[in-house]
Amino acid sequence: MIEIQNLTKSYGQIKAVNDISFTVEKGEILGFLGPNGAGKSTTMNIITGFIPSTEGTVKVCGYDIMENPKEVKRRIGYLPEQPPLYVDMTVQEYLDFASELKMVDKKQKKSQMADILELVKLGDVRNRLIKNLSKGYKQRVGLAQALLGNPDVLILDEPTVGLDPKQIIEIRKLIKALGKQHTIILSSHILPEVSAVCERVVIINKGQIAAIDTPENLSKGFGSDRRLAVTVAGPKSSVTGAIKEISGVRYIEPNIEKEKDVVSYIIEAEKDIDVRRPLFFAMAKLGYPILELKSLNLSLEDIFLQLTTTEEKEVGR
Amino acid sequence: MLAVFKREIKAYFYSPVAYVLIGLFMLVSSIIFVYNLRYQIGDFNNNLESVKITFIFIIPILTMRLLAEDRKNGTEVLLVTSPSSLSGIVVGKYLAALFVFLVMTALTFIYPAVLAIFGAPITAKLIGAYVGFILLGAALVSIGIFASSLTENQIIAAVVSFISILVMLFVDSVGSIIGGNVAKVITWISLFSRQQDFTNGILNLSPIVYFLSFTVVFIFLTIRVVEKRRWSQG
Repeated sequence: MIEIQNLTKSYGQIKAVNDISFTVEKGEILGFLGPNGAGKSTTMNIITGFIPSTEGTVKVCGYDIMENPKEVKRRIGYLPEQPPLYVDMTVQEYLDFASELKMVDKKQKKSQMADILELVKLGDVRNRLIKNLSKGYKQRVGLAQALLGNPDVLILDEPTVGLDPKQIIEIRKLIKALGKQHTIILSSHILPEVSAVCERVVIINKGQIAAIDTPENLSKGFGSDRRLAVTVAGPKSSVTGAIKEISGVRYIEPNIEKEKDVVSYIIEAEKDIDVRRPLFFAMAKLGYPILELKSLNLSLEDIFLQLTTTEEKEVGR
Repeated sequence: MLAVFKREIKAYFYSPVAYVLIGLFMLVSSIIFVYNLRYQIGDFNNNLESVKITFIFIIPILTMRLLAEDRKNGTEVLLVTSPSSLSGIVVGKYLAALFVFLVMTALTFIYPAVLAIFGAPITAKLIGAYVGFILLGAALVSIGIFASSLTENQIIAAVVSFISILVMLFVDSVGSIIGGNVAKVITWISLFSRQQDFTNGILNLSPIVYFLSFTVVFIFLTIRVVEKRRWSQG
């Protein structure tokens, strides 16, 4: 559906996007993840034909954006980071304008408009001026605009930024629902969002791809060690000593002292060894009750930090 | 093109911009009209010639927002990533500004009508004057939209077109001071001296072609500027 090959965008000496290649299959929701300034928006602007690339090709449904921009633009709905709204228009006027601009067929327009207003729940505010709407509604108007013309591909640049938690959940649900009929590229720097919504993740840092995989595989690949967080009521030194003696424990570190003699520890066990049972018996024998025990899976957040900070070290060298 | 045209017309008339501008234009041109009445001249053509002075401030304000506002508000993304062609978008915006200008022009018909009531019949000569008036306005609007494409700041856009129009107005006087061949060249280029035939009621082909091509060149340049900036922008 979308093929991106060796995409590079230079601004003078600076390479905002450096040799990126990936493909997105039909009906897939791809998450585009990276710290601010990593080149997410630049890549999206290139895919949508807003700015040209310095090198490399972008193909959408087989059409090259440079050679056949009209065909590509017809197939893409784009919600930029800042929704492109004419605030002096009402919602309905704005959407009418956008559908004319996108050359939506007049016969389809009416039913399509009704569907979209229903989908993004804008029916109540359709006759209000956009400038009087809240941020969440403005975002939805932007999304409605992207959906006009029923494009095959949706490109959403940080669709949930600036929304309240309830709105974020609504928009995520909406995106998931849209993913059934559309191919979606979604950028974000909020990690739980990406792992909740996307089927595949591209992590991008300093204009280059750091990793591409499913959220689960990324967690597995990096979180090979078993990590536990345990809170024990007992003197720190003797608890630490006792835990160290359990076979399979590779590493222990006192984390936070919650009260006097109540400390939480981080334990790393060797691969494929479950130390929870021996840990319980060891503590029971000593008479130190375990107040809390949970296993720590490496979240996407940790992976992200790992990937992006190691890069930084390399650059600093 | 039609979609953009309609939107821009709405933007003019839903906001106070068009009304304030038209009001201002009518005020100044009425003052000029009344002033001319004191000399008891029935010929409206010279009066219309004086009304052209208002272009200096009316056209920059009319055109300053056309492209600069879209760039500032980020709505440029919507326009450029839509399947509509860039030239269609720019022409649509140009025509919207031209439309407001034509509304103003139409309102000045009231003055010759008043003169006609008091015995100065409307003659074919007047048509020549209006053709010149509209062609000059069209050319200056194209300068205005060009200035608006250069910056995202509306004030700067207005100042640029204000100065350009001002320079064009005074370039004749500068030419006549210098004299000789320089004056000839300047008079040939000058938009305002090309108006002389129209004021005399003569419809000559060469000034008509001149004004039309002037307008087309500036609209073309505007399209190029918008296009080019996308290739270089950060």
